[in-house]
Amino acid sequence: MSLSTADDLSILPESWRADFPILAGRANSGQPLIYLDNAASTQRPVPVIDALRHLDENDYANVHRGIHTLSERSTEQYEQAREKVRRFINARHAHEIIFTSGTTASINTVARSWGDANVRAEDEILVTTMEHHSNLVPWQQLVARTGATIRHIPITDDGLLILEALDALLTDRTKLLAVASVSNVLGTVNPIPEIISRARTVGAKVLVDAAQSVPHMPTDVLAWDADFVAFSGHKMVGPSGIGVLYGKEGLLDAMPPFLGGGSMINRVYADRFTLAELPAKFEAGTPPIGPAIGLGAAVDYLEGIGLKKIHAHEKSLIRYACAQLCEIEGLSMLGPSPEQRTGLVSFTLSRPHAHDIAQLLDRDGIAVRAGHHCAQPLHDRFGVTASTRASFYLYNTPKEVDALVESIGTVQARFRPSGRKRRPRRHS
Amino acid sequence: MGRSLGPVVFGQLPTYTKLMQTNEEEIYQEHILDHYEDPFHSGHLPDATHIHEENNPLCGDVVRIELKLGDDGAIEDGYFTGKGCVISQASASMLLEEMVGKTVDDIKDFSADKMLELYGPRLTPNRQKCCLLSWKVLQSAVHAPYQ
Repeated sequence: MSLSTADDLSILPESWRADFPILAGRANSGQPLIYLDNAASTQRPVPVIDALRHLDENDYANVHRGIHTLSERSTEQYEQAREKVRRFINARHAHEIIFTSGTTASINTVARSWGDANVRAEDEILVTTMEHHSNLVPWQQLVARTGATIRHIPITDDGLLILEALDALLTDRTKLLAVASVSNVLGTVNPIPEIISRARTVGAKVLVDAAQSVPHMPTDVLAWDADFVAFSGHKMVGPSGIGVLYGKEGLLDAMPPFLGGGSMINRVYADRFTLAELPAKFEAGTPPIGPAIGLGAAVDYLEGIGLKKIHAHEKSLIRYACAQLCEIEGLSMLGPSPEQRTGLVSFTLSRPHAHDIAQLLDRDGIAVRAGHHCAQPLHDRFGVTASTRASFYLYNTPKEVDALVESIGTVQARFRPSGRKRRPRRHS
Repeated sequence: MGRSLGPVVFGQLPTYTKLMQTNEEEIYQEHILDHYEDPFHSGHLPDATHIHEENNPLCGDVVRIELKLGDDGAIEDGYFTGKGCVISQASASMLLEEMVGKTVDDIKDFSADKMLELYGPRLTPNRQKCCLLSWKVLQSAVHAPYQ
């Protein structure tokens, strides 16, 4: 099987791979590494690695505190990173960009701060069946504290949101709609602008879990008109330990701080404190300085390639992958057609289990994710306990897709029912 | 890989100290695939006296064991049902084959180390959890009378 001409043209040149030292290495098995676990975490290119190294070797100190030169240099780079992120997602103000430890921390900040201040027992939080646990459990915790109710937007068997159900679910009790822009299991791209405009009709706020879309396609939070957007650095060639919470200025201003401590104060007295301005109000304690600066370098790197090109590359890979995977008998893909998804695919085989598949693919040097991918209610919806997920990024190639397909075929053949029988019981 | 972490499971610290380095081929030995495809006592036990079920939160694997215990503590019969990987399901079959006909005391004496030995191939810590799921369920089942 080969790519169509159009898809072939949109595949990024393999020269980009050279920027990622880890990809030149070998898997534990000795095979060349084929890294297809990008929805979990991506690898880092030399410019990001160098930015961290340069900081540590030349400019590192705590930010926003010292008068000395190193502190000023670190602070400048840290704030430059914030500005880069602002531009990257088209936020209006840099102080609407809150640095957190990751998507999970971003969503928990909204649940604890905005949620506790605004959600009452009679209110409802609307989520979808396809949410990652990080965009579900914080809301479950919130309703446990407040007595509010969670309601779910259902999905079709193809893994698409049932938008017809949305209007009935949206009522004047709906306080917040929390939705992923892209499902981390199905790859489904949700129609965020439409969802948000419908939520507006009842005055609900909208939080977008954009962890699986920001790394892979252009993001425009103003065009979305989202109230809150959360994503992580480590899924977009940045370091782990850094994430972003975007919030509209008016909302962030009105929210109480979540964590208390240094940085988030204006003045502390023996018995009280006054608050710092945004964004410091939500960045108590020493922030992840290096990771934030690394995220800035990651943004530069991705913009240097172009998000549209990355998206087109992944679309070509997923079309190519789905066309081959659907030929494998006994393989079921979760989620919609390639046209409605990003560059990831989760599947099950009639045999064996996802963990066995991942174990054997690893022997062929192929790193995939196996399990419930932190989306158990979604797997329940499809009546499976686990699936195997291959997720692509800018450095993956059609050849790697071929290797994946071939390896899956080998695994499947090995576990095909053969009529084998247990041998006589061993006695010690 | 000079250092062995041993099994990291269920709050117990067995002393199974084989190297972590694992050849994947070994995990799926022929006799294990036999158990996977042709399991010992897969199904339900209508006159069960003791039943327990647990899942592995890491992967969602489930094993349920139904036992018929005699007044003298004999494991008169035992069946299992479950969903999950080759290791979790084959090990459940191997464990029941080993234990049916023995006694509650034998089960209590059957350590996690012995379970890993019964399974055979060396497993990484995460896959040891798969192998020890049924062992854990069995240890609890003898204390779980079914009303």
